[in-house]
Amino acid sequence: MRVTQGCFSYLPDLTDEQISKQIQYCLDNGWAVNLEYTDDPHPRNTYWEMWGLPMFDIRDAKAIMGELNDCRRIHTDCYIRLSAFDATNTWESLRISFIVQRPADEAGFMLTRQEIGGRMMRYETRAYGLQKPEGSRYGG
Amino acid sequence: MMLDHAEPAMRPTEPIDLKAEFAGAGISEVLDGLERDLVGLKPVKARIREIAALLLVERVRQKYGYATEAPTLHMSFTGNPGTGKTTVALRMASILKALGFVRQGQLISVTRDDLVGQYIGHTAPKTKEILKKAIGGVLFIDEAYYLYRPDNERDYGQEAIEILLQVMENQREDLVVILAGYADRMDKFFALNPGFRSRIAHHIDFPDYENAELLSISDTMLQRQNYRFSPDARVVMDRYIARRRERPYFSNARSIRNALDRARLRQANRLIAHDGLIDPAMLTMIEPEDLLGSRVFLETDTSSGEIDA
Repeated sequence: MRVTQGCFSYLPDLTDEQISKQIQYCLDNGWAVNLEYTDDPHPRNTYWEMWGLPMFDIRDAKAIMGELNDCRRIHTDCYIRLSAFDATNTWESLRISFIVQRPADEAGFMLTRQEIGGRMMRYETRAYGLQKPEGSRYGG
Repeated sequence: MMLDHAEPAMRPTEPIDLKAEFAGAGISEVLDGLERDLVGLKPVKARIREIAALLLVERVRQKYGYATEAPTLHMSFTGNPGTGKTTVALRMASILKALGFVRQGQLISVTRDDLVGQYIGHTAPKTKEILKKAIGGVLFIDEAYYLYRPDNERDYGQEAIEILLQVMENQREDLVVILAGYADRMDKFFALNPGFRSRIAHHIDFPDYENAELLSISDTMLQRQNYRFSPDARVVMDRYIARRRERPYFSNARSIRNALDRARLRQANRLIAHDGLIDPAMLTMIEPEDLLGSRVFLETDTSSGEIDA
């Protein structure tokens, strides 16, 4: 099951050229680009690992593509997302965030139902990948 | 226009209007600005015009598919302190941007401290961090010879040099490196690091300023801050320049800027000490006594090691 999250999630995965153009757009607006990765695909997982610090003071997308490729090389089977932070007064928050890499094989989620008192039903979504420990959930 | 060749090259059949290409790139404004804003530096300006012409032709050749490789654009600026190396580097970045040889055109000015780390494993990330900032623009390394310390074989500068050389060779289309420093020490540096010499396409030598040029620079500097010399003060400034040149640590335009800063300080003190009302015109006027207070005039002994006066 293909996990969708952030901007462009309804589109096919962006090519490197498209990613590069998005990054340049962010940089031209003066936003700081940031890379994060995780192998926990749950939509409520907000704790993504940071790939280095947010990249302030960078002018050209190629520098960030270099970092992205380094991150991809090391975290082959992780989700990687790219976000851009706008430090302008009154914004001071992320302006864009999208997935730039996903594991080759996304196992998807199991839905479990639990019957509780009074014919009530409690649902749980659990990623199949999470059965394995962190770092070995996809591929490796 | 970038350097990649996605579309097939179009060989020209029509004559090419180089003048129109020149005007279209908007470099004539940059070159005229260079001519107008920078006093003196005739050989430097001539060299920059030559380089701009070369780059323009190179761009046209790329357009028609005659040139296939990104040209080597790394440069070395040699000259005494205060001769305008950083200022010219800034203009160079705009020229390269106007012609599309760098994508963004920012100038990142660094010295050894910004590139070389303090312990093992610190240098590479530090250098790469700077290179990341410079990608798409110009990396200006001031006093580049400090990177290499032959007397200490365990110096981390060597590591920074190796990374730089690699980037200068492999990422020619991403950034342009300008090395700057004193002529003699740069020569020694290049002799000891032949890798740099062979990767640098343009060597530009910055001559010292003439006294008259320095005077005209001081006029411009004052004008920019909304000050001006009284006629007498301008004569004194001319004498000051001649005397300052004989003293140690003379650094051309930078010495002039420092002298003017101190003249403003004396002017302010003079105005505060002034009894009664002040004519608004006095606020902008540098008088002879503001300059004559300088140590350059007080001492006859020129061998003392004071830095500026």
